[in-house]
Amino acid sequence: MKQIVILFVFLSIIFIEKDYNILDINNFWLRIKIINIIFYKGVCMQSHAALEYDYSVAKLFTYTTILFGFLGMLIGTLIAAQLAFPELNYLMGEYGTFSRLRPLHTNIVIYGFTVSGVFATFYYSAQRVLKVSMAESRFLMFVGKLQFVLYVILALAMVASLLMGFSSSKEYAEMEWPLDILTVLVWVLWGVAMFGLIGMRREKSLYISLWYFIACFLGVAMLYLFNNMEVPTYFASGGLGSVMHSVSMYAGTNDALVQWWWGHNAVAFVFTVPIIAMIYYFLPKESGQAIYSYKLSLLSFWGLMFVYLWAGSHHLLWSTVPDWMQSMGSVFSVVLILPSWGSAINMLLTMKGEWNQLTENPLIKFMVLASTFYMLSTLEGPIQAIKSVNAIAHFTDWIPGHVHDGVLGWVAFMVMASLFHMAPRMYKREIYSKKLMEAQFWLQITAVVLYFTSMWIAGITQGMMWRAVDEYGNLMYSFIDTVAVLNPYYTIRALAGVLYLTGFLMFAYNMYKTMTASRKLEAEPQFRSPMA
Amino acid sequence: MDIRELQGYASFFMTIFLVVILYSYIIYLYRSEKKGEKDYEKYGNIALDDEIDSPPIERNPKNQSEKKELNK
Ligand code: HEM
Repeated sequence: MKQIVILFVFLSIIFIEKDYNILDINNFWLRIKIINIIFYKGVCMQSHAALEYDYSVAKLFTYTTILFGFLGMLIGTLIAAQLAFPELNYLMGEYGTFSRLRPLHTNIVIYGFTVSGVFATFYYSAQRVLKVSMAESRFLMFVGKLQFVLYVILALAMVASLLMGFSSSKEYAEMEWPLDILTVLVWVLWGVAMFGLIGMRREKSLYISLWYFIACFLGVAMLYLFNNMEVPTYFASGGLGSVMHSVSMYAGTNDALVQWWWGHNAVAFVFTVPIIAMIYYFLPKESGQAIYSYKLSLLSFWGLMFVYLWAGSHHLLWSTVPDWMQSMGSVFSVVLILPSWGSAINMLLTMKGEWNQLTENPLIKFMVLASTFYMLSTLEGPIQAIKSVNAIAHFTDWIPGHVHDGVLGWVAFMVMASLFHMAPRMYKREIYSKKLMEAQFWLQITAVVLYFTSMWIAGITQGMMWRAVDEYGNLMYSFIDTVAVLNPYYTIRALAGVLYLTGFLMFAYNMYKTMTASRKLEAEPQFRSPMA
Repeated sequence: MDIRELQGYASFFMTIFLVVILYSYIIYLYRSEKKGEKDYEKYGNIALDDEIDSPPIERNPKNQSEKKELNK
């Protein structure tokens, strides 16, 4: 109770003063500093001697990463199977249809699985690169735990409300307004923890991973707010309709523009930026090799920040948005190859002279493959953003194909590898089974390849068939013709889903055994994670 | 010139401006290291040597407990 009061006092000192201008950076930092000092002097000083990193919050988020990963991919596999075998739509009445489950899949894998992974790795690695422990500040520890509790409530509310059909119908922003408010709270708490830790740091320079975590925090905060400006209709209309329902404050083309400004930056700031944060910390740490070029990491950071924000209109090519904006989206998307490959090549070159580790350590395999898939999808994306290519690719299965070589090969691989690296340090036990990890790797890599190759073929076939005309200019195929042709590819994708999900279960089992039954470690491993 | 066209030009010149800034930053990074004013590569070690009791690559003078220790 005391801590809740303190939290509100804290937030009110920082933000709720009448003439306080949030843009006044000096003023902001001064306030953070005052709070920090109060906490330092008042409640938080602990003996320096027995200081250790405290992973309690990181552990909590590790559990939700595994839980939501399983749930999200289970639903992914189910909806993939539904596309191949439509009868599967009728298993659970309205709750089991593709249309209900698809947003559930995307929201759970993005906000449940990936974001949990981001929080877990943040609470783990930020302490280490700042050389300060969460245990040094009871306040920050409380903030971290409160963030976790609210996050779980939010995630459960998200699952329940989407399943019940409450949706604002904007992709990746489906959550309705009460949940949006809770999201803001969770996010602000993360910010408090982040800047709180930074304020206490012993290491003066912020390691590059932290730059990326900060960018994730700021980028999402800004765009989420803009895109979710909405009017709850129940209150605006004096009591009509559902309390949950809302409409966007923007209309028509403007709404679409803001939506994809956010939508694409959900890709940028949730699927890219924090994952780069992970690889910049975990790959060097696991391999014992410092980043190949720190300067390259800095300049690709600014390059990425500068370019990524303006690529969103490539989702609206050939639509009603102004022409110059479509061209800008295209051009920026193509330029995006540079900073993306800058980071990816930097990661690969980090392994220079140490490529033998690739055969010896499956964790390195996961990470190197992740950066390779990052390269693949950041080449594929720009190609799809070229206007003429987009005319064929848009609305086809090539798009989910592209999405999943990124998310399965890059995001999920990196999240799993990071958690594997963290496990021996957090639980002080070696990783339960190297063999299982190897098997998981090969199973999942097969799955990713099956997924994206089948969708490439399906997508391009689909795009070509939709456009095909006979000598008189009549369309040659009706929609159902394409569906019949695509069916085998949908079956392959469903199979890929089963394989990937099985691999994820192997990961979950391996983690569970590592936490509970593996051999205990006497000392913390410095670089390479020990595994049986 | 209507508002859309204006927006287009504004976006274009803003882009040019930011490109100039970005390139100046890159030049600054490499030049300052060449002249020996800065060593960026040492920061890569922050990830490798990240025990809580290992000495920071660069001490943060504002850290409370560090201050205490220095005053001892
Ligand atoms: C077992 C693994 C998975 C399977 C089988 C799977 C399957 C699917 C399917 C069938 C769709 C709908 C495609 C359509 O409407 O035509 C989809 C969409 C999507 N999935 Fe997955 N998925 C998996 C894992 C993941 C993961 C781990 C992530 C992210 C971390 C993810 C992110 C997405 C996104 C963002 C979309 C929307 C794509 C779009 O709108 O174009 N998926 N997935």
